[in-house]
Amino acid sequence: MKWTVASVVEVRDEALHAKTLVLDVPDWPGHRAGQHVDVRLVAEDGYQAQRSYSIASPPESRQLELTVERIDDGEVSPYLCDVLHVGDGLEVRGPIGGYFVWDVRDAGPVLLVAGGSGIVPLMAMMRHRARADANLRALSEMSLLYSTRTLGDLFYLQEIERLVEEQNVRAAFTLTREKGDDRRGYHRRIDKAMLTDVGWPPSHMPRSYVCGPTPLVESVARTLVELGHDPSRVLTERFGPTG
Amino acid sequence: MRLDGNAAAGQLRELFAMDVTAAMATCGACGTRRPVGSLLEYGQAMGVILCCPACAAVMLRIVRTPASMHVDGSGMAMLVIQV
Amino acid sequence: MADEPFIARGFHSRRQTAPPNRLPPGQYETRDFPVLSAGPTPQTSLAEWDFRIEGRDGTAMRWSWTDILALPHETPTVDIHCVTKWSKFDTRWEGVSVDVLLDAARDAGVAEQPFIMAFSDGGYTTNLPRADLTGGKAWIVFLYDDALLVPEHGGPVRLLVPHLYFWKSAKWVRGLRMMERDDPGFWEQLGYHDRGDPWREQRYQGDP
Repeated sequence: MKWTVASVVEVRDEALHAKTLVLDVPDWPGHRAGQHVDVRLVAEDGYQAQRSYSIASPPESRQLELTVERIDDGEVSPYLCDVLHVGDGLEVRGPIGGYFVWDVRDAGPVLLVAGGSGIVPLMAMMRHRARADANLRALSEMSLLYSTRTLGDLFYLQEIERLVEEQNVRAAFTLTREKGDDRRGYHRRIDKAMLTDVGWPPSHMPRSYVCGPTPLVESVARTLVELGHDPSRVLTERFGPTG
Repeated sequence: MRLDGNAAAGQLRELFAMDVTAAMATCGACGTRRPVGSLLEYGQAMGVILCCPACAAVMLRIVRTPASMHVDGSGMAMLVIQV
Repeated sequence: MADEPFIARGFHSRRQTAPPNRLPPGQYETRDFPVLSAGPTPQTSLAEWDFRIEGRDGTAMRWSWTDILALPHETPTVDIHCVTKWSKFDTRWEGVSVDVLLDAARDAGVAEQPFIMAFSDGGYTTNLPRADLTGGKAWIVFLYDDALLVPEHGGPVRLLVPHLYFWKSAKWVRGLRMMERDDPGFWEQLGYHDRGDPWREQRYQGDP
């Protein structure tokens, strides 16, 4: 698995503090929803920095999309968000990962639980499902529970709402730092009641994908198992505070 | 600060020449069998340290120095990879 | 096939604003305090905590938490350097000098050896030459920045050996074991240097 220089085709705003990079990767072998790539930056003096980013685009997409959250005193994300522009080269390596992946042919209900930027690999799964034919989609009901601090931290909001309308995806949001009426969602940490509302009972044998910061992932995974879900059907990916 | 085996996937791929995050690993200390992607990862910038989620025993350690790769798999009793 | 690295346009290494004689080679200054561990954070109550200096022949000297508090305390302010390239200046600690502990152990009959293995709750170990723990160069510390040392930074007590890379400053330290040979500890077994002097950039085995 070697490093390839991808070409930046587009850089667009995704949320208040995040950008989506669209890349043309020569000889891209294809990928599965949930996988990630490594990104490497090398300075003229040889100094290197490397980070992993989940792939936001579905396997069906010819171009690779990465959504990068800009961390203020980070080393890599400010470069990707502020400096990189169309036409630049960016070294990537991948795709990587074989555990936290989903294919629409894995029929059965799917619960997606995202904390913060943990939404990215789950978005690839939603987009992948949206591109599948109607028969396969019908076999894989999908429900998303997405937790962020504020409304401005949500990625892909309009696209998610469109998927809810057009694709029969269920989506619920919880904004943990905002108070408000519960018209548009929850305003608290994810708990048993929330997971029961948005998910399926264990008898339906759903697969759950939980992605985000470690404390959220571990709390949600533990709660799902306490609710009676088979631990081998609760898949987790912990994100670190990378900059 | 802990992550999980997914964070080590790139390094493990360098070692095994294939993805092993879905491979089933058996803990040498307590016998628990889990996918590599679900093992707890602690080393981060210093190296890869994968621990058993059930008993916290160290299952796999990897350090990459400029000249070498040191791998200690003595805590892993078995690794089964679907090919 | 040539392996020419691709240079990322406009990407620079972190700015070095620190005075040049304060940063060891290859380091950059940070204002945070990154947490690096090799395993889960142990939770040891002070009632069950003790510190031991162990000889090769089974002799040992042991201090309880209250014993440690009764010893003379020092408040070193030191720069620390992590092998992962960050350095943090003027960190403030409070603890007991390792000299005091080693002298007491020697007087109690624990024979000295040229090398020492520091050992911690959770199984972490790190080896050092004894000479790097004496002469006012090392402490066991329990306060950081005037507050009790938190578990994620090694509390209740950690080793502090600031003139060496910070992996030698074992978190959750419970004792020092005398060794005749320089047996490698947790990271040293995997290729990190036996001594770890940041000013000579001794990061890995084989670095001169």
